[in-house]
Amino acid sequence: MYVLSFLFCGFLCLIAQIIIDNTKLSAGHITSIFVSLGAFLDIFDIYDKIVSCVGGGALVPITSFGHSLIHAALDRAQESGFFGLAMGMFDLTATGITAAIVISFFIALIFRPKN
Amino acid sequence: MRDKKYQEIVDKHKPKENRISNMIIAFIVGGIIGLIGNLLVDLYTYFFHISTTEAGVCMIVTLIFIACLLTGLGVFDLLVKKGKMGFIIPITGFAHSMQSAILDYKKEGPVYGFGANMFKLAGSVILYGVVSAYVFGLIRYLFFGG
Repeated sequence: MYVLSFLFCGFLCLIAQIIIDNTKLSAGHITSIFVSLGAFLDIFDIYDKIVSCVGGGALVPITSFGHSLIHAALDRAQESGFFGLAMGMFDLTATGITAAIVISFFIALIFRPKN
Repeated sequence: MRDKKYQEIVDKHKPKENRISNMIIAFIVGGIIGLIGNLLVDLYTYFFHISTTEAGVCMIVTLIFIACLLTGLGVFDLLVKKGKMGFIIPITGFAHSMQSAILDYKKEGPVYGFGANMFKLAGSVILYGVVSAYVFGLIRYLFFGG
């Protein structure tokens, strides 16, 4: 599991580094592409399989953000039909987004911008 | 003609970035962060007796907290300079983009300053994530039955 986490996470960063070195895309483009990629891989359940064999390491890259979005949406869609897609969209990622907003707000109150 | 010559001189003196070493550094740094993620998930499930999904959420919150703190201290930018995409692709990059936007616009006040500009960089991740998740989710829901 640990070796697979290392390899998987490192591999994604390697691809991103190759893209940024050889094209004109910036880091913002690449993260957006990777999020969409994570959601795309879940059409055929591929990312779920990766998570079950790689373990925690597969949850760390930004691709897992897209995966969690589509996963939560489909889970709710099973229960409440078509509108569940929109209702359950943020079920799993809400914690991450809330944490990021709250933590960064309080840290911004404490620290001053450097440089 | 002059432009061409100028371009040649500029190219000659541009510092060459070593792509191979960049790739290796990004691979190792990203791998170590993935390793820490897996370690944290195992630790949380072992000590707090929670399910793997909850442990994953706790792990992501921990990483976000560390990234925000390091950005606030001003260390994270130096790390990105050294570790390249190894720090941007994991969830730490998402937290960093939010934290640096909020710190940059702190001077302009709480509402039109950092309140309005907080999602400047992280917004694109959320936008494309939600749109693609909705479209792909719709495809899977309609054609594969969810």
